[in-house]
Amino acid sequence: MSSTTTTQTGLPSDGVMRAADGTPLKRSLARALRREKLRSFLLILPLLAFITITFIAPIADMLFRSVENGMVEETIPRTVEALKSWDATSGELPDEAVFEAFHADFVEAFKNKTHTRLGLRLNYEQPGMSGLFRKSGRRATNLEPPYKEGFIDIDEDWGALETWQVIKRASPPLTDGYFLAAVDAERTADGIQMKPEKERIYLFLFWRTLFLSIVITLSCLVLGYPIAYLLANLPLRTSNVLMILVLLPFWTSLLVRTSAWKVLLQQQGVINDTLVWIGLIDDAHRLTMINNQTGTIIAMTHILLPFMILPLFSVMKTISPSYVRAAKSLGANDWTAFWRVYFPQSVPGIGAGAILVFILAIGYYITPELVGGTSGIFISNRIAYHISTSLNWGLAAALGAILLGLVMLLFYVYDRIVGIDNVKLG
Amino acid sequence: MKLKHMLLAAAASVAFTGPVISEDLPECENCADELTVVSWGGAYQASQVNAYSNPYAEMTGTKFIYDESSNEAVAKLRAMNEAGNITWDLVDVEGPDAVRLCDEGLAMEVDIDEILAPASDGTPASEDFGESLISPCFIPQIVFSTTFGYRTDVEAWNGAVPTSVCDIFDLEKFPGKRALEKRPKKNIEWALLCDGVAKADLYDVMETDEGIDQALAKLGTIKDETIWWSAGADTPQLLADGEIVMGSTYNGRLFSVIEEQNQPVAMLWDYQVFDFDGWIIPAGLPEERLNRVKNFLYFATDTQRLADQAKYISYGPARASSAPLVGKHAELGIEMGPHMPTDPANMGNIIVNNIDWWSSYSDDVDAKFQAWLAK
Repeated sequence: MSSTTTTQTGLPSDGVMRAADGTPLKRSLARALRREKLRSFLLILPLLAFITITFIAPIADMLFRSVENGMVEETIPRTVEALKSWDATSGELPDEAVFEAFHADFVEAFKNKTHTRLGLRLNYEQPGMSGLFRKSGRRATNLEPPYKEGFIDIDEDWGALETWQVIKRASPPLTDGYFLAAVDAERTADGIQMKPEKERIYLFLFWRTLFLSIVITLSCLVLGYPIAYLLANLPLRTSNVLMILVLLPFWTSLLVRTSAWKVLLQQQGVINDTLVWIGLIDDAHRLTMINNQTGTIIAMTHILLPFMILPLFSVMKTISPSYVRAAKSLGANDWTAFWRVYFPQSVPGIGAGAILVFILAIGYYITPELVGGTSGIFISNRIAYHISTSLNWGLAAALGAILLGLVMLLFYVYDRIVGIDNVKLG
Repeated sequence: MKLKHMLLAAAASVAFTGPVISEDLPECENCADELTVVSWGGAYQASQVNAYSNPYAEMTGTKFIYDESSNEAVAKLRAMNEAGNITWDLVDVEGPDAVRLCDEGLAMEVDIDEILAPASDGTPASEDFGESLISPCFIPQIVFSTTFGYRTDVEAWNGAVPTSVCDIFDLEKFPGKRALEKRPKKNIEWALLCDGVAKADLYDVMETDEGIDQALAKLGTIKDETIWWSAGADTPQLLADGEIVMGSTYNGRLFSVIEEQNQPVAMLWDYQVFDFDGWIIPAGLPEERLNRVKNFLYFATDTQRLADQAKYISYGPARASSAPLVGKHAELGIEMGPHMPTDPANMGNIIVNNIDWWSSYSDDVDAKFQAWLAK
């Protein structure tokens, strides 16, 4: 009680409103807010740290690999320096000074066993480089001047203009080579060009991934909407049982479900056997439903269906049946009542389900790999190939970055058209 | 009392009828007690457990941890190396992967004669292993091959049987679906051989764009009739289901379909492609673990042990001195000799996987091949 010594009658003479302890109210308020903010920040700090360490940092690191190229300069610094004064378009080989620098670099690289790694790196630019570096190995370290003749003596490819053009082109610490490769282009002596028609694959695969993902999303919607409607409008008891039927496959291993589709869809499989047995098709013309796009669409629609049904269901659950009843009592027929009254209210669920299914589909790779054959594979199958088999992580990172950019772009477009606050999970 | 004695005696006799342990295994000094081995899982890993690690564990008490990651060993080892924490001690990989790991500096270079046992007649290990020593980091175990299996009950063939690898491309005489690997390697070679290219010119032709085009054109004649596999288990399954009439896969897989599952399938050995599979030691192991690995390898790659592995799976031992010791299958009791890819009767025409060539050109050829496949 004794602390209530502040002004009670209007503002003090200096015109500043003060808190109980005499500090200006503005400052004390700001301090309180700051404390509040700090406290909430501390509360989310563990989560933030977790996400940064396990999610943001690895993704950033992976994305950086798509342009990172420090290795060439680290492995052969003298050569990179010496090549700066060489004109790659001159049509003449670099001079002896470059070869001497290269020899010095090579001796060191051989000692650290990094010469073969460099060969692998350069092989992405020019096939044959990895073999050239491996083969040159010890013999190159024992060379005596003149080095130019010595290297060409080991392998005539050291005397090829292209070899040195590739090394010079791959010298800078950052490269756009991976991104170019990811859009079927390459940097040649005459600038950036598209690759020959028969080597182009990535743009085509990006397009196909988008197309198939849209088809899968639409199939999920067409199949999932009635089921969700049914679930939302049946008595609780029945809908709970049906819900288990939706969730059961959801809990089953992805591989098991995919393999089950193989058994069903293959030419000697259950569906074809049944069709032949009832005489709809004859034995010589069994349907090809797997190892192609059809297989991918069927299997992935099935696998992703719960991701469509669940958001739809939880939105439909909140739609009061009295609206439809009111519409009907005002003279709307069944279709009008559904289309004009019920359907617009379920749109947020469609939005949520469609985004979920589409984004999951666009990055899928196990199912297309198993049932997609050659016409049903996605861009992610190539990313997986470059991560685990060809070990071209730079290219994998570039493809991944493009895919990520694509998803974000589509998300933005979606937001502009549908509006992201129109998406509800329940 | 009597019963107890009998049981003890029985137990003792079981313990002593196990494989005869190599007498001259050197003592392991300053060695880790555990060994993390990476392999392929399935029947292949089982053959290693039976032939190598169980006897070794019995002798030394070493605890084995198997990790079935050989399929993605190269990528995982690279990631481990970048993270600076190598958790594997010994990794089973195919020859091309070993060359790759060695190039990347992820596998340790080894002196074969120093760490492996000589043959019983004193031939040094490097001579005994011969051609299979494809990389300074590679410690070979087996020779396996990629070859064709076909169904023996196809009515549309009117009793004809494929005898040459070129029958794969003959849709008139041998109609039906085929299975080929979803990779250019091997398919390109077979296609060119069947398109009139001489074996000696194979890789010179493949080095040119026209050569690859020629191979793809030949493969194009059966493209619509082909299912492209990515896992070695696919072809045996497709053959057993009757989905395909012929297909390529690893010879051990076909052995198991034919002999263990008794399916109406037979082997076509013509132009089988030889490959080696073996161990690599990850670079940068601490000394204790490295000592244990070396001690185990000395045991697991000796003449008898490599021959023992062939009792469990139909892959040929990589040591020349092991071949005469290959006996019968441990369960089926059939002679394993004729099922080895290295059996003279199966070696009429062979190709040895040209790792050097493929390591330089696979990225390029693969891009062309996949673009061709996708369209």
